[in-house]
Amino acid sequence: MTDLSTTYLGLNLKNPLVASASPLSKKIDKARKLEEAGVSAIVMYSLFEEQIIHESLEMEHYLSRGKDSFPEALSYLPDGGLYAVSPEKYLNQVTGLKKALDIPVIGSLNGVSKGGWTNYARKIEDVGADALELNMYYLATNPDSTSADIENMQVELVAEIKSAITIPLAVKISPFVTSIPNFAKRLAEAGADGLVLFNRFYQPDFDLEELEVIHSLDLSTSADLRLPLRWISILHGKVNADLALTSGVHTSRDVLKSVMAGAQVTMIASELLWDGSTKRVNEILEHTNTWMEEHDYTSIKQMLGSMSQKSVKDPAAFERANYMKVLNSFRELP
Amino acid sequence: MKESVIMIDGNEATASVAHRLSEVIAIYPITPSSGMGEFSDEWSAKGKKNLWGTTPLVIEMQSEGGAAGAVHGALQTGALTTTFTASQGLLLMIPNMYKIAGELTSTVFHVAARAIAAHALSIYGDHQDVMAVRQTGWALLSSGSVQEAHDFAAIAQAATLKARVPFIHFFDGFRTSHEVNKIFQLTDEELRSLVDDDLVRAHRARALSPEHPVLRGSAQNPDVYFQMREAVNPYYTAVPGITQEAMDKFAQVTGRHYNLFDYFGHPEAERVVVVMGSGGETVVETVKYLAAKGEKVGAVLVRLYRPFSLENFNKALPKSVKSIAVLDRTKEPGASGEPLYLDIVNALVEGNRPGIKTIGGRYGLSSKEFTPAMVKAVLDELGKLEPKTHFTVGINDDVAHTSLDFDPAFMIEPEGVVSCVFFGLGADGTVGANKNSIKIIGEETSNFAQGYFYYDSKKSGTVTMSHLRFGPQPIRAPYLIELNQANFVACHQFSFLERVNMLKYAKTGATFLLNSLYGPDEVWDNLPVEVQKDIIEKKLKFYVINGYEVAEKTGMGGRMNTIMQTAFFAISGILPREAAIAEIKHSIEKTYGKRGEAVIKKNFEAVDATIANLHEIKVPAGITSKTKRRQSVPNEAPEFVRNVLGEIIGANGDNIPVSAFPVDGTFPTGTTQWEKRNIALEIPVWDENICIQCGKCVMVCPHAVIRHKVYDEKLLAGAPETFKHMTSKFKEFSQGFAYTVQVAPEDCTSCTLCVEVCPVKDKTQVGRKAINMAPQPALRETEARNWDFFMEIPDLDRKLINPSTIKNSQLLRPLFEFSGACAGCGETPYVKLVSQLFGDRAIIANATGCSSIYGGNLPTTPWAVNADGRGPAWSNSLFEDNAEFGLGMRLTVDKQNEYARELLVSFEKELGKELVNEILNADQSNETGIGAQRDRVAQLKNNLAKSSDTRAKDLVSLVDSLVKKSVWIIGGDGWAYDIGYGGLDHVLASGRNVNILVLDTEVYSNTGGQASKSTPRAAVAKFAMGGKGLPKKDLGLIAMSYGYVYVARVAMGANDQQTLRALLEAESYDGPSLIIAYSPCIAHGYDLARSLDQAKLAVQSGHWPMYRYDPRLAEQGQNPLIIESKEPSIPISQYAYNETRYKMLTQLDEARAEELMHAAQHDAKSRWTLYQQMAAMHYGNGNGKKE
Repeated sequence: MTDLSTTYLGLNLKNPLVASASPLSKKIDKARKLEEAGVSAIVMYSLFEEQIIHESLEMEHYLSRGKDSFPEALSYLPDGGLYAVSPEKYLNQVTGLKKALDIPVIGSLNGVSKGGWTNYARKIEDVGADALELNMYYLATNPDSTSADIENMQVELVAEIKSAITIPLAVKISPFVTSIPNFAKRLAEAGADGLVLFNRFYQPDFDLEELEVIHSLDLSTSADLRLPLRWISILHGKVNADLALTSGVHTSRDVLKSVMAGAQVTMIASELLWDGSTKRVNEILEHTNTWMEEHDYTSIKQMLGSMSQKSVKDPAAFERANYMKVLNSFRELP
Repeated sequence: MKESVIMIDGNEATASVAHRLSEVIAIYPITPSSGMGEFSDEWSAKGKKNLWGTTPLVIEMQSEGGAAGAVHGALQTGALTTTFTASQGLLLMIPNMYKIAGELTSTVFHVAARAIAAHALSIYGDHQDVMAVRQTGWALLSSGSVQEAHDFAAIAQAATLKARVPFIHFFDGFRTSHEVNKIFQLTDEELRSLVDDDLVRAHRARALSPEHPVLRGSAQNPDVYFQMREAVNPYYTAVPGITQEAMDKFAQVTGRHYNLFDYFGHPEAERVVVVMGSGGETVVETVKYLAAKGEKVGAVLVRLYRPFSLENFNKALPKSVKSIAVLDRTKEPGASGEPLYLDIVNALVEGNRPGIKTIGGRYGLSSKEFTPAMVKAVLDELGKLEPKTHFTVGINDDVAHTSLDFDPAFMIEPEGVVSCVFFGLGADGTVGANKNSIKIIGEETSNFAQGYFYYDSKKSGTVTMSHLRFGPQPIRAPYLIELNQANFVACHQFSFLERVNMLKYAKTGATFLLNSLYGPDEVWDNLPVEVQKDIIEKKLKFYVINGYEVAEKTGMGGRMNTIMQTAFFAISGILPREAAIAEIKHSIEKTYGKRGEAVIKKNFEAVDATIANLHEIKVPAGITSKTKRRQSVPNEAPEFVRNVLGEIIGANGDNIPVSAFPVDGTFPTGTTQWEKRNIALEIPVWDENICIQCGKCVMVCPHAVIRHKVYDEKLLAGAPETFKHMTSKFKEFSQGFAYTVQVAPEDCTSCTLCVEVCPVKDKTQVGRKAINMAPQPALRETEARNWDFFMEIPDLDRKLINPSTIKNSQLLRPLFEFSGACAGCGETPYVKLVSQLFGDRAIIANATGCSSIYGGNLPTTPWAVNADGRGPAWSNSLFEDNAEFGLGMRLTVDKQNEYARELLVSFEKELGKELVNEILNADQSNETGIGAQRDRVAQLKNNLAKSSDTRAKDLVSLVDSLVKKSVWIIGGDGWAYDIGYGGLDHVLASGRNVNILVLDTEVYSNTGGQASKSTPRAAVAKFAMGGKGLPKKDLGLIAMSYGYVYVARVAMGANDQQTLRALLEAESYDGPSLIIAYSPCIAHGYDLARSLDQAKLAVQSGHWPMYRYDPRLAEQGQNPLIIESKEPSIPISQYAYNETRYKMLTQLDEARAEELMHAAQHDAKSRWTLYQQMAAMHYGNGNGKKE
């Protein structure tokens, strides 16, 4: 019998397939189905810094707008302190998931700046989350902000959140960093117990008829696996943090590659969002198991990092030399 | 003691008792009583228990008549039941009130007494409503302060349970219902000791029950009705004693002692004033002041007005009295005296008190100020040998000469009272901050305190005034802070200085706090001359703060509340600065705790930043300014506008004499053009280089401030240099025609809808459009000149305009302009469009509500006239009768038309057969035909002008009815779906040619967002705090069921062309038409600049399917229903969750929100399916032809 178990953030997981932060965790019954299908942990949808602040300001704005302005209508919406803007909803969901599931539940916070909202990390811990994933989605648009400023800000944020909680902390990062290894190392030193590679940036598009910028959510494909695969391979063994691969995990082969690169876990979302069905989880795990059996692997731990940069015959395959090689391999067709 | 002392207003004080003493509460919103219903609804939504440990059931009804009916039923079946109402609402309850009293049923109705609509509606307080029910057999108990409103609510309940006679407990609307004062709160234990549970059970035992059945409500004949009417007499005789007993018990429990009639003043008073309500406090304080100076004056406060106890009154009245002045806060035209006066005259006669000279007078109608100076004038009058009776006080009646002169300089403000007046903008949070400040002062210091707030009648750019008083003694001053009496004056908006004389309130040496755009070194030179003069002459301490900058930096936006509140506490020294800041922050946490940390944080930052930005200005010795305060209206305005409306605009309405006014409530229209409010910080600027002349910006503008014209290019001679124009692209008006889009810079409200709707995108910078916003101040002067020039350009002849396209229709002059509606109002674009298309021949019946307020609230009216002097004739009758009111107008038009035609035929010889036939057979289906008929009618008038024949004179007086008239019945959903539905249904069924426009905001907008039957499922509204659980009523579907009613459901933001087409078709249909118009509203809780997109989403989601149902098609054998929106393509939630009214339910109860949203989705789907089936139905003979 093949041993699919792994560890991540100090949690013992029955296999390396974790449900990534996605709307799937918004419904308890859906999460239960994911568990039944076999995922070993679930990362919840994110509680967004902007969401917390925006909802708070928005509710205050619209409940107070027009107030005390006109003698017949001293307000336009009922209030009475009944309508609370707070992460209660999210925290309740953590509680609900913890109650409904046996697998670990990892909370998720999305934000970039230090401030009061980081208290929510503690609140997520208080309601029972097994770990916390911090998603740092930051797009630098100000020419006066240096990369050092931005990285420092993010490292400080990790340290602040780490100091607020006792559960393990994973940090989901972007690939758009000049030195990923250095940044990863600094994050680990600041307290990140795990690193999740990578955040997906949904890119805006233009509508040429309406002359408008439009947004659409494009789900990942297996082709997206390449980028995190490379960086997991490079980082494996070089940073003092667990590694998780997200983006592009669609098949058992993707799982196997990720583990071999050095990912303790792989995170899946797009594959499940295609049709909202959880049956693919089961299939992927079965196929992973079959492949391992066919290839005489006894455990996930055995293959973990087996194809990382430091384990392969040609470490340069992950570096610039590899770029040259690929370019040179291209020949014009006659 | 501290925990039982609170600062609340009269509505809350009353409701807090009524809610605790009720099992069923049936309500309907009406100003100024709505607050009581809203509090009750909120408390029940929170599960707050009554005295017996169960949560009262609160239900909103469709009208006050409905509420009274429900109350009657609940009472008859044994529940402790109450309601809250005022004014017309109380009048609608009268039929049930007779029944409830006739059946000797214990209940208390709490009334915030208000004026009755007569020559005009007024939301403000007097006793006209309660006096109109004094004959119903109810006890009337009057409270005169917030504390009394709280106390008497309990006393009334205790008394009614014992007496079995129902009670009206009333207090003055606004003055008491909305005044915040410090009161001692009744605890549950205190209430428990006042209300006898045995009596509660007795009430239940009398109820209808099949377990012990009885019949109540029989019909009777001459033989016995009379006797039974008299059978109740002993119960009425007992009421005064029972009420006094309840008052005595109340005194034992609370230490606050009241009597049926309370006497105050000199023990041997010779001159006495009798009064009830809040005016009593002013009278009592004044007589105490004068008595202390040795004057033999006194006051009798009437508490229990009905049943009137002659005995108790005479006991209360000192034996020394020689003359009495009875003050009535009501008007009973034609009576030999007002009701209280007549009661007192009778009491003296029946009480055998001869020789007392008694006079009666009226005061305080519609919350007219009633001050100590007026009381003094009444007492002085009493001292005269021949005092004036049936007098008025508080006005200058130079017609019937009823008014008493008074000396405004007479004041009695006690030592130690600190008075503060604050001027703010509705949107800047000034009133909220002051409510908060007075709460802090009243609850956190040993001071007694009072807050009263005054608003103008605009819904955008409102000027608010907050009057705060505090001091070591209870504040008994139910009148505004008087001139030269304020210790502190604050101006929260710099721009007010140029139009409001606020320093007239400041006393010498007072403090003036100004929110200034200018820094401490520049501010002085930027003040108007008059302000500089007052500061110098009154030796004011002058502080400035750039609150705008602090607000900008701390993310407060336009909210000045926290900043100015902090500055007030910092300067006034009521509390040590640190303690004050701690209190403000504590209150911020309390107020915004549920809103999340971001809101608290920005407010805290604003508090902290305020102190650093607050500066005391060393007042220069001399006047340096060159600018003067602006006139209310320009000199070129018509005389009536200058002398009357201008005075009202300039806050001087109180001083206008009676003779200046019309006697019957009739006013000229087209007067908003003279009231330049300058409330926009930014205005639209037209880019003529990229404009495509589509006219959409003109169509969508809620305030008619953006217009376009096509005109002879020769007219450009003499145009101001900055006047923009381009060559006309209209195919009908191309050669030699110029085109301009012009903005009225001083009337714009900055809503930005014109920018949103503009379809043009600058090819070099797609974010720019053909209309873009720019700061107003720099553009004001030049654009005002351009606007004047633009308005001088003649409108195109209506006969030349085919209005079936947007761009052409918008060439028609709006005859509804510059209303006081909210910025971005979703109703007014429809109203304006009606005025453009049909205004010059329209008669409008307007239901009470937002549209009657922005349409008809003084000082000015947006209904306007064209160059020929024609325009909509407008009237508002009531809330509930508008459809019938409009039908009556139609009947007159039809009858007069018929009579005129009959007369016309008989003048064939004088007028010529040709003219008569042309008039009788005129085709008036378009503007050309209508224009031609007007010419014929003019010719007829000319021909008959000199005729002395009475029938000819009759014909001339009626002949205008031969020009086609357009009758419009306009109102909101509260009217059409709820209170006026019965009438609306009847009018639809009448088959008459009326056009009904329902401005559907899906909520009672004017009274502050209460649910109507139009409120959609899953939306939160007042009286539906947990989200409305049932779907919106389908009014259009009901109307379609008649088969002969033209029905359209439109959404201008989603499809303006469909709206235009529906209005034109509806008006052209010779029968009843109903147009239900999607109307975005501030009560939906989103940025109304986005309302066009939101309208599209409402349509796309199936929430608002658009259609036209034209019975004429059925006559042609076609299906009359044409659905004009596509099958729902997005979920309802995608539309709904852009609006706070839906979103807030997710924050209250996510599971319920989800459940209701799911049901709303189902509603949309089933509605769509039904319409589809209806639209696919087979009509005619199968060939699309009439059978």
